[in-house]
Amino acid sequence: MAISTTAPHLTGEAHYLTELEQDARRERRQLFALCTPGLLLTMLLLFLPIGWLFWFSFIDADGNPTFEHYSRIWTEGAYVQIFIITFQISILVTAICVLLGYPVAYCLSQLPPKWSGLLLIGILLPFWTSLLVRTYAWLVLLQRRGIVNDTLIDLGIVQQPLPLVHNMTGTIIGMVHIMIPFLVLPLYASMKSIDGTYLRAAANLGASPTRAFWEIYLPLSLPGLVAGLVLTFILCLGFYITPAVLGGGRVQMIAQRIEASVHLYPTWGPASALGVVLLLLTTLILLASHWLLGRWRRRLG
Amino acid sequence: MKRFTTAAAASLSLATLANAAPAFAADSVAVASYGGAYQEALHKAFYAPTAKTLGIDIKEFTLSGITDVRTQVKAGAVEWDVVELYAGQCQQAADEGLIEPLDYNVIKTDGVPKQLVQSHWVGFTAYSTVLAWNKDVYKDNPPKNWADFWDVKKFPGTRALSGYGPSTNAEIALMADGVPADKLYPLDMDRAFKKLEEIKPDITVWWNSGAQSGQLAVNQEADMLAIWVARIDAAIKEGAPYDFTYNQGVVDIECLVVPKGAKHKDLAMKVINEFLKPELQADLPKYVPYGPVNQDAYKTGKITPDLLKNANSTPENLAKQVIQDKPYWAKNGQAAQERWDAFLQK
Repeated sequence: MAISTTAPHLTGEAHYLTELEQDARRERRQLFALCTPGLLLTMLLLFLPIGWLFWFSFIDADGNPTFEHYSRIWTEGAYVQIFIITFQISILVTAICVLLGYPVAYCLSQLPPKWSGLLLIGILLPFWTSLLVRTYAWLVLLQRRGIVNDTLIDLGIVQQPLPLVHNMTGTIIGMVHIMIPFLVLPLYASMKSIDGTYLRAAANLGASPTRAFWEIYLPLSLPGLVAGLVLTFILCLGFYITPAVLGGGRVQMIAQRIEASVHLYPTWGPASALGVVLLLLTTLILLASHWLLGRWRRRLG
Repeated sequence: MKRFTTAAAASLSLATLANAAPAFAADSVAVASYGGAYQEALHKAFYAPTAKTLGIDIKEFTLSGITDVRTQVKAGAVEWDVVELYAGQCQQAADEGLIEPLDYNVIKTDGVPKQLVQSHWVGFTAYSTVLAWNKDVYKDNPPKNWADFWDVKKFPGTRALSGYGPSTNAEIALMADGVPADKLYPLDMDRAFKKLEEIKPDITVWWNSGAQSGQLAVNQEADMLAIWVARIDAAIKEGAPYDFTYNQGVVDIECLVVPKGAKHKDLAMKVINEFLKPELQADLPKYVPYGPVNQDAYKTGKITPDLLKNANSTPENLAKQVIQDKPYWAKNGQAAQERWDAFLQK
């Protein structure tokens, strides 16, 4: 803008400006060029398969366009039910993770580095163990004649073994265990960066510790909490192994249904359609959480 | 015209190359079955002797059914040469065009019942799904049939059925409802599902793999369960306090197929031929209580009366069981499976 309105006697400066701008543009181009391998890789590994998924979900066995894979999801009650159960489980697991994970992350952030490092290893160690191994470990622990039930009966707390596994309870216990690090780690990182002087200032101004926590600490830890929450929730939506092993065939989440569709139908269409619906729902949730967080931030100023 | 000849020449040389390649790598064949105690038995009775006789290498894989074959064939990446399928899947795979026709110039089927020798598949072993129970729980009064399995008042305890699908479960449910074994087919699906609906709240686990069903017995998680004989036999040998009955068991034939586009198709035919030989078939009951499909195996003298007592395909044990109707399941399997999935979900 400024350049177009410059007077003739300022051409030297204008020239200088254009050169600067050209320089900047060149640099942008170079940076973009540097990005291209990454972009190409993303295109190739992300958009292409997803495009493929979309494509398959709209064609029938003979290669003709069809909506049957989508209409089946609506007309057959079982599918809607599976989506509802998947979201119920994911919400419940995320909520439990928050209740358990927030105090843990807080503890981690307050402890001296030596101790927090040790605790962090405690959280990371299971994180590095195979998901399948951990899930089977829960099966061994929770089954009818497993360690937990045996101990409870030996102690006389219960008479009959509790139905802890092969149902929703087992599935949720297993999933919470697997998901907790995903919540704690981002939360811990954001808590670590909270300046302690704010809390001291609040106390100095007469706020009780509870009030200081609710009004200062919690809002400041919110970005980490939301990041962990969204990560946990979205990973939960795609869970397969844990409900399959700990659900006893009675808890079905959408990923299991996708696998079953691959088994059942001779084409990829039905499974692809389920994948597309899950992807859209996940995207919607991501956008909604982004929007909510933005509003919250504005409100807090 | 010139371009055509070049192309023809090129494709010709390609064809020679393609022909030459398998010949070069023909010393190995990939075989897929269902793992666990059953496949271990197959290894001892079939894979090892065949590898020795033909001087080849047999690579072993496990599968869960027709899907694995479908996936490989559709993706154009066929890894396996000889695959075992079960129930209606043998014929279904043929109908879907997933498997090669078998070459009966190479495969000799003397002694194999004629109805098990089809253009695209051939019977291999017979497996049974039976009623098994925890002896510690039921002691002197064990369940005797599927009606007892359904009777949760007289026989309290945890129960498990296969979660795979309606095949076998439908037969079991109908027998529990009082349908005589010889009047099962065509199955009354409405009645079967109604009966299954009845037991559903009392099923603790719908098992999803043979290994899992065995674990349910070893860990005594299910007091009563429908399970493959090979699995419960292995669990009992492992020390699980269980017993089973062939009464109202469901027999199904495992078939051998060659996926379309298998890399070692010709050798696969030779391998299948070996697998069906009476001498090898006669060895199977030594390792797993499954009888041979090739009836000539009984003439080899290898099968002792002692082994016979437990084997599922002896005339005596067979009489107690139902033989699954393959054509019925090939035709009705998919629709029933959709219904099953909805049933489990509700």
